[in-house]
Amino acid sequence: MTPLLSTHGLIAGYGDMRALHGIDLTVNSGETVALIGANGAGKSTLLRAIMGLLPVAPEMIRLDGQPVGGRAPHRMVREGLAIVPEGRRLFTGMSVEENLRVASEHAAKPVAEPWTLERVFALFPILREKARTPVENLSGGQQQMVSIGRGLLAQPRILLCDEISLGLAPKVVREIYAALPEITANGTALVLVEQDVGLAQRASHRLYCLLEGRVTLHGTSGEISRDAISAAYFGASHALD
Amino acid sequence: MHWIDGIVQGVLLGGLYAQYALGMALMFGVMKIVNVTHGDLVVLLALIGISLANVAGLGPWAVLATLVPIGAALGWLLQRALLNRVVGNDPLPSLIATFGLSIALQNAMLVIWSADTRSLSGGGIQQASISLGPIFVGVLPLIVLICATLLTGGLDLTMRRTRFGRSLRAASADVEAAAMVGVNPRNVYAAATAIAVGILGFAATFQAMRSTVAPADGPFQLIFAFEAVIIGGLGSIWGAFAGAMILGISQAIGFRISPGFGILAGHLVFLAVLAIRPQGIFQRRA
Ligand SMILES: Nc1ncnc2c1ncn2[C@@H]1O[C@H](COP(=O)(O)OP(=O)(O)O)[C@@H](O)[C@H]1O
Ligand SMILES: [Mg+2]
Repeated sequence: MTPLLSTHGLIAGYGDMRALHGIDLTVNSGETVALIGANGAGKSTLLRAIMGLLPVAPEMIRLDGQPVGGRAPHRMVREGLAIVPEGRRLFTGMSVEENLRVASEHAAKPVAEPWTLERVFALFPILREKARTPVENLSGGQQQMVSIGRGLLAQPRILLCDEISLGLAPKVVREIYAALPEITANGTALVLVEQDVGLAQRASHRLYCLLEGRVTLHGTSGEISRDAISAAYFGASHALD
Repeated sequence: MHWIDGIVQGVLLGGLYAQYALGMALMFGVMKIVNVTHGDLVVLLALIGISLANVAGLGPWAVLATLVPIGAALGWLLQRALLNRVVGNDPLPSLIATFGLSIALQNAMLVIWSADTRSLSGGGIQQASISLGPIFVGVLPLIVLICATLLTGGLDLTMRRTRFGRSLRAASADVEAAAMVGVNPRNVYAAATAIAVGILGFAATFQAMRSTVAPADGPFQLIFAFEAVIIGGLGSIWGAFAGAMILGISQAIGFRISPGFGILAGHLVFLAVLAIRPQGIFQRRA
């Protein structure tokens, strides 16, 4: 079966600095894939490259088997990709509702059960109360909910989430992760970059570990041992490759 | 009465400056571009309008109706062909590019239209005035002010209430994040510049009717637009309008003090604002 999304020897970087040295990754419809790795391993770079925010060769990224690498981000949205970026990147000076509407007004063709403002408000009820509040006046958790809502309203087939739990209180993290099954229910795939390895393992079907721009481990999340993860994470096994 | 008259004349003059300033505020607000050709585009449109009136016999309102779409098309082209290549976090490339284009435009206009000053006949409307009590108000400046107010209100509403306006504000807040939710920045930018230069179609028509234009006039118009935008607060729509009013009133009152002091008074107020409140009098609106 052709995977929904796949990367093939994906190479990307910043100017002369190469941050990814050939990443092979697959994501299937409805699947949640976790991406773990130390700071600077290249997780954000990988998501950014997939989203079209960094230059890559066409063959390096395929959607439904078709090469799409190097297309501009707004075209990737049309192909069914969306990202909840590192640092949330909300539109300051605009209200919660306006932030969400920008996304819904430029969305890909809706999937089976399209995301609506109503559904996002049902998923995160606090956002309904704050609909008219400028996003810069929200708490970190609420901002993250807006960022996720914005991603969903792009009607993605694949949602890329970059450290959605970063800097949030445990209760808020639980609240946000509790919303994920609702997101994947209609077949939307998730790619989760997560610092909390335990959380990443519990929330995902499969898991990739990155180290210095290379995949050092991948497999079924429930079957990977703690030792294997820590070896891949810190590079003990990397030296033996 | 002397001073009240000065203020009224200043507000009327501010109406014209507002038409210059709106587009500049829009382009700066959305793209952080200071378009040095802004004034030259006013002159170019005015000269095109005057030629249309002379060659095709268009009346002033037909000229206006023609110059707005021509301006919009020029703006779109300017963004697509040049500014999209130089827009970015660094304001210098766009400054250099538009500076170069400004000089090229002035020279091209000189070749086509020669250095003569020209103006557009308004069919008598330039001389018409109405009296508000003891104060006489020119009909043309009044029309200019009304147009400026409607343009400002319309642009502000567009920014706040429409899909396009939201995409503009999103791109202005974080262009990469806007692209991540499906906004095509190049289209949004081209539309912003099309609107900015389209509005200059109004400014060009009215400038050519109330006064004269010549190919080298652009930098003066640029300065007035620039000062209005800085006084009001960079990138704010109603701020630009208010800045234009303050500039117009300063010049009119300065002119009452001494005819040679008018323009200078405007510059002094501009410098005072820059020194005391560099972010502009009005905070940037969302
Ligand atoms: N904008 C940038 N410019 C230059 N280098 C960058 C930039 N962003 C990240 N890097 C570098 O790329 C590498 C991978 O970074 P990143 O993908 O952000 O890692 P992670 O998300 O896994 O923490 C690091 O060495 C980092 O320093
Ligand atoms: Mg990161």
